[in-house]
Amino acid sequence: MGVATETFYDVIRRQGISRRSFVKFCSLTAASLGLSPFAATQMAHALETKPRVPVIWMHGLECTCCSESFIRSAHPLVKDVILSMISLDYDDTIMAAAGHQAEAILEETKEKYKGQYILAVEGNPPLNEDGMYCIDGGKPFVEKLKYMAADASAVVAWGACASWGCVQAAKPNPTHAVPIDKVILDKPIIKVPGCPPIAEVMTGVITYITTFGRLPDLDRQGRPKMFYSQRIHDKCYRRGHFDAGQFVEAWDDEGARKGYCLYKMGCKGPTTYNACSTVRWNNGVSFPIQSGHGCIGCSEDGFWDKESFYDRLTTINQFGVEANADRIGGAVAGVVLAGVAVHAGVTAVKRLSTKRDE
Amino acid sequence: MGVQTPNGFNLDNSGKRVVVDPVTRIEGHLRLEVNVDSNNVIRNAVSTGTMWRGIEVILRGRDPRDAWAFTERICGVCTGTHALTSVRAVENALSINIPENANTIRNIMQLTLQVHDHIVHFYHLHALDWVDVVSALSADPKATSALAQSISDWPLSSPGYFKDLQTRLKKFVESGQLGPFKNGYWGHPAYKLPPEANLMAVAHYLEALDFQKDMVKIHTIYGGKNPHPNWLVGGVPCAINLDGTGAVGAINMERLNLVSEVIDRMVTFTNQVYLPDLQAIASFYKDWTYGGGLSGKSMMSYGDIPEHANDYSAASLKLPRGVILNGNLSEVYPIDLTDPTQVQEFVSHSWYKYGDESKGLHPWDGVTEPNYALGPNAKGTRTSIEAVDESAKYSFIKAPRWKGNAVEVGPLARWVIGYAQGKPEFKEPADKLLGDLGLPVTALFSTLGRTAARGLECQWAAGQLRYFQDKLMTSLKNGDLATANTDKWKPESWPSDVKGVGFTEAPRGALGHWVKIKDARIDNYQCVVPTTWNGSPRDPAGNIGAFEAALLDTPMAEPEKPLEILRTIHSFDPCLACSTHVMSPDGQDMATVTIR
Repeated sequence: MGVATETFYDVIRRQGISRRSFVKFCSLTAASLGLSPFAATQMAHALETKPRVPVIWMHGLECTCCSESFIRSAHPLVKDVILSMISLDYDDTIMAAAGHQAEAILEETKEKYKGQYILAVEGNPPLNEDGMYCIDGGKPFVEKLKYMAADASAVVAWGACASWGCVQAAKPNPTHAVPIDKVILDKPIIKVPGCPPIAEVMTGVITYITTFGRLPDLDRQGRPKMFYSQRIHDKCYRRGHFDAGQFVEAWDDEGARKGYCLYKMGCKGPTTYNACSTVRWNNGVSFPIQSGHGCIGCSEDGFWDKESFYDRLTTINQFGVEANADRIGGAVAGVVLAGVAVHAGVTAVKRLSTKRDE
Repeated sequence: MGVQTPNGFNLDNSGKRVVVDPVTRIEGHLRLEVNVDSNNVIRNAVSTGTMWRGIEVILRGRDPRDAWAFTERICGVCTGTHALTSVRAVENALSINIPENANTIRNIMQLTLQVHDHIVHFYHLHALDWVDVVSALSADPKATSALAQSISDWPLSSPGYFKDLQTRLKKFVESGQLGPFKNGYWGHPAYKLPPEANLMAVAHYLEALDFQKDMVKIHTIYGGKNPHPNWLVGGVPCAINLDGTGAVGAINMERLNLVSEVIDRMVTFTNQVYLPDLQAIASFYKDWTYGGGLSGKSMMSYGDIPEHANDYSAASLKLPRGVILNGNLSEVYPIDLTDPTQVQEFVSHSWYKYGDESKGLHPWDGVTEPNYALGPNAKGTRTSIEAVDESAKYSFIKAPRWKGNAVEVGPLARWVIGYAQGKPEFKEPADKLLGDLGLPVTALFSTLGRTAARGLECQWAAGQLRYFQDKLMTSLKNGDLATANTDKWKPESWPSDVKGVGFTEAPRGALGHWVKIKDARIDNYQCVVPTTWNGSPRDPAGNIGAFEAALLDTPMAEPEKPLEILRTIHSFDPCLACSTHVMSPDGQDMATVTIR
């Protein structure tokens, strides 16, 4: 980058963190991302030589659950992300400045870091009423979003709102809220769906980008494969009960107390691609199924409009459930893994984001 | 020119107009415009909600058992409180009783939110209105340590600790990449803390950021995740199993221990960090007495935290219920949320349309038809607003009123109502704090009072968390493991045409959901939320809401740097996604309206 900024390594050394701790951090981060030991070295090198990447975090129609989730990150701590890994120059939810002083930061970033900053988007733009169902600085949010996207190096779509539309886009979608890829057409967009996404998935994606200088491999829907390529059902600790035909039949029944499978209570784990059953939530404490409620499928496109959260995915027999469930999941998996378009997209992304670092 | 509002405020919009948009460090999108006189004192204030999402119309025709998940997504900051309000509304409509353990666990969930939300608000959304981060660079670490140790036993208080932090902070600032602190109002004359207090507060800003992620583990255990834990009509989704096979898949001893440990830490942090900080900061701002607004006059609380399952009477609620009007603390009026003449919403100054806009509508009969139009005196264009015209429609927030009165809701309202009712758990801590600061009780009616009440409530809520977790353990000892009542789980068991209301005290104030259920589907759903009350625009009679009232008569040191405005508005902890979730009953085709 052509600006006088410090590298991540400079900053953490200044902050009194030893080289030894720094290397350990890289190893742990690499391991938590499922990467090889070599990647840890690569990561250390990148962090030693690159300045902190400016991040502009904008809010459209949303509920701020993504920001709240982000600050829950345990590894890395969000404090360290903000102070040492990225430069979060604009985020309405936590920034000190307001009004003109806040708006000025957008202008400055666009100019000073043209083509170098990451645009993170929480929420989405409504298109009805000329975009005026979400007004920011007296203007339609959609205008501001496009304006800031134009000079970004890459765009991160946080959560179900930015990725798919989420609750305000549920039928009949009265404000005509749209996912951001309907209005940002010429930038690589990485979708990190979920309502909200898991905190460590969010920071994992950000640190991956800042570390390797490129977007992670994405599936055809634009989601990072490292966190979204398997169904919750695939790695659910209750899967054994599903296979054995042991189900919760009613809330708080004997099966519920024994931790049986929640499939009959409407669990959407078999069709939901997310990391909940492996990474789990809030530093690995639990996830919805572990706490007795079925998955509501919040990382899937249009999950609000797929009947009740308590409707079973399909009719189910005492045995042979596996086949039924897998047919449902398999159909989705087939789409996701149909790779050609994915790889074309990802290659473009890599070129674009590598260029930024030269 | 000056006018007096029926609720007793003088408005004069002849002076210079100052606009703050976006208002940051809040949830959602808010715009504020004020007029200042030649002495830079605010003489007119205009609060505009600038977003609109439409959750209620989306709910129509859906399964009422799903409504908690939709309404929970109204807000991810006060996550869970809409869901709780929703399951209560549906249970009220369908006459479903929940088990005692479910009531206890729900209270624990709600109190966890209260503590988490208040701490995050104080340190991460509000502190920078009082704390000058850059000034902390010139603090003496030894003096900072002496200050910290003089007010608290919190162990992270050595000179070395503060010196390290200051070094890190200095180098961060010198890096030139200030991140979220960029373009702040550092050095503004309205900052009054000495450098040492600023440094201590910055340390606690970072400690609170680390700790808040642990507090929510209580939600994760009982609700599976945070933000947006899971809820259940009829109880709570988590089953309890202490002895049997498969207990590892349920709430067991290890899970209960984790909850208990987190509660202990919440109590300690609140007592040893939050409250001492609050008192220390307040002691430097005692002379900044602005921001009272409606608080000395009209306040309302629905009450919450029922001691007994299914008993939502004032006697069962541990947070107080009632209304105070015209500053008369000797009378607390009872509330009936089903009475069509009590809670009503008006739209004469909101971007919605009624047949007769001189009248208000009760939420069961609520109508939300948008009508987006700026008044004749607005400046700018339809898609580039320079100034709104408050004599016409100017906000996506409706104007709710209690028997025609604009009221303030939130921690201060709860505290003052509890105080007025003579309840010692509210009166004694308030008297002690005021006594320590050498302030009269009327000092509560201010921006600072609002901020102080939030801290006192956080301390109370942390204590109640311990109480309810102990209550749960006692119940388990007595052999009661029940967490859900499924008698009326199936829609076939429901009457064909019913209505209900549910309420909570969200961290930001009184929250109500009104639902009508017809043939097992939602026929109508309306939410009236805290920021609708506090951020409300004017009503047909000309009464102003709490935000607008609180800004009046405040002097600004430098109007182009609106620190004083932010300070007072943040003291309400605004949540705009909550206040403007509403939507037309028939959906799509919104009237196109010109703003010019």
